[in-house]
Amino acid sequence: MKYLFLLHTAGDGVPADVASAEYSQTFAAYSAANAAMAKAGVLIECAPLGPSSSATTVRVRDDETILTDGPAAEIKEQVGGYTLVDCADLDEALKWAATIPAARTGSVEVRSVIDVQPPR
Amino acid sequence: MRMVGDLGIAEDAVQEACLAALTQWPAAGEPASPRGWLTGVARHKALDLVRREARRSAKEEAAMRELGGPSHPAHPAYPAQGPAMTWPRVTGAVSKAGATRGGGPDPARQAAAATGDGTADPASPAAAAAVSDQLELIFMCCHPAFAPAARVALTLRCVCGLSTAEIAAAFLVPEATMAKRLARAKGKIRDAGIRLRMPAREDMADRIGAVLRVVYVVFTEGHKASAGPALIRGELCDAAIQLARGLAQLLPGEPEVSGLLALLLLTDARRAARVDSSGDLVLLADQDRGLWDAAMIDEGEALLLAALREGRPGPYQLHAAIAACHSTSRDAAQTNWREIAALYGELIRHEPTPVVEANRAIAVAMSEGPAAGLVILDAVGHHPQLGRWPQLHIARADLLSRLGRGEEAAGAYRTALELDPTAAERGFIIRRIGELTGDAGADCS
Repeated sequence: MKYLFLLHTAGDGVPADVASAEYSQTFAAYSAANAAMAKAGVLIECAPLGPSSSATTVRVRDDETILTDGPAAEIKEQVGGYTLVDCADLDEALKWAATIPAARTGSVEVRSVIDVQPPR
Repeated sequence: MRMVGDLGIAEDAVQEACLAALTQWPAAGEPASPRGWLTGVARHKALDLVRREARRSAKEEAAMRELGGPSHPAHPAYPAQGPAMTWPRVTGAVSKAGATRGGGPDPARQAAAATGDGTADPASPAAAAAVSDQLELIFMCCHPAFAPAARVALTLRCVCGLSTAEIAAAFLVPEATMAKRLARAKGKIRDAGIRLRMPAREDMADRIGAVLRVVYVVFTEGHKASAGPALIRGELCDAAIQLARGLAQLLPGEPEVSGLLALLLLTDARRAARVDSSGDLVLLADQDRGLWDAAMIDEGEALLLAALREGRPGPYQLHAAIAACHSTSRDAAQTNWREIAALYGELIRHEPTPVVEANRAIAVAMSEGPAAGLVILDAVGHHPQLGRWPQLHIARADLLSRLGRGEEAAGAYRTALELDPTAAERGFIIRRIGELTGDAGADCS
């Protein structure tokens, strides 16, 4: 079953300075976690996201497109990245979610991915 | 159950299989391995049901549209409508053993139950599979992905076989609310992919802990109902003991599991003596110990001793040991309060909560005098949450009155009243205030 991990962290995305020690540490931590999932054959795809402060939110109301600067909801922990996995069941997904660095500093929301049925 | 991840359909399938068994067995005679037969038939019926459900959703949607209600294509309507579905007592050894209330287990009945379904030989693959199935079900119902309230509801429904209405009544919520809670939980099993499986070895301790907590919550609610007119809800105590018995058989190597069973038996043994004729609480010290169930006490003590011999003490064994201190005393005056205080001192290391400390204070007061106990209680009383706990003030009031500080005692009782205690406690508190202030019919409302 496919699960999407939404990585929530308080900071605003990946450390900006690629040369910084913080960047190296974060890179190493995520690489290790992703490598383990890949090796176990559960990882489908993963990526960090651009900072939520640079997001643009699109809404269409009464045929009018409304753009807002920033994320859809102003919450303390924004989504900073995602991981898509394929696991046997929730227990397995939860185990992997706990290995993701964001789980230590923020939280990882585990959502099952629905196999969409076409309407009858 | 393994092949269908959807609990609602599995329940339907097994119930139909059981109905088939009931009508066919008397004529054909019981098959050699009833459990295997049932599972085989159930699997067939599950496939039928899955196909029928697929067709039903479309019909339901159409019906919903006609009725003008919301359509839930992913959620066929269950479990509120129709007769209560019960998880069949297929593995009789697990569920029948605790069925008799009072008087402890009937060894003859247990033996009969154990052999009734072909799983009597514990070494047989059939027996092992039955145990595994039951455990997996219990672990699933108590999965940490569910909120605690959902775990309790699921366990009572799927493991104990209580109806939605019974569970709703037990926790004093409307049936519709409980039905929704159960439906959400079952939906989560399907949507989030929670499967029936034994937890990984490294998770076992935590997951067993979660199961024990569910059982304990059920018992506590039955032992001292948090709302409603009656102090005791016997059916919940019975369900909890039944669960604990099942767990003790399923997990024989876990002393905390038998420790919990011991605790429940030793505590429930006092049921008949805990409430007086007006439905008011009777303090442990004032209970007629002749009304205590001797057989349950004997069984509880035996279980506790066996558990302690494993040399892995834990909170439930300690709680049981404290209960045993009371149950072994012929009367209140003979209670070994020093031992109880020491046990609470040990319990604090496993459960460092102000509640445990408050109980320790009372034990110390009883062994060293109320002044010593009051010192501990006053220290503990500063804890913000505990200040809102009626029992703390009742305990303080008791110690104060023993010290002859009647006015302060009455004041503490009044504080307890303001904190909205249960109806049974209310009656007791009002009576005590009356005794202290000399006003038998004092207006304390």
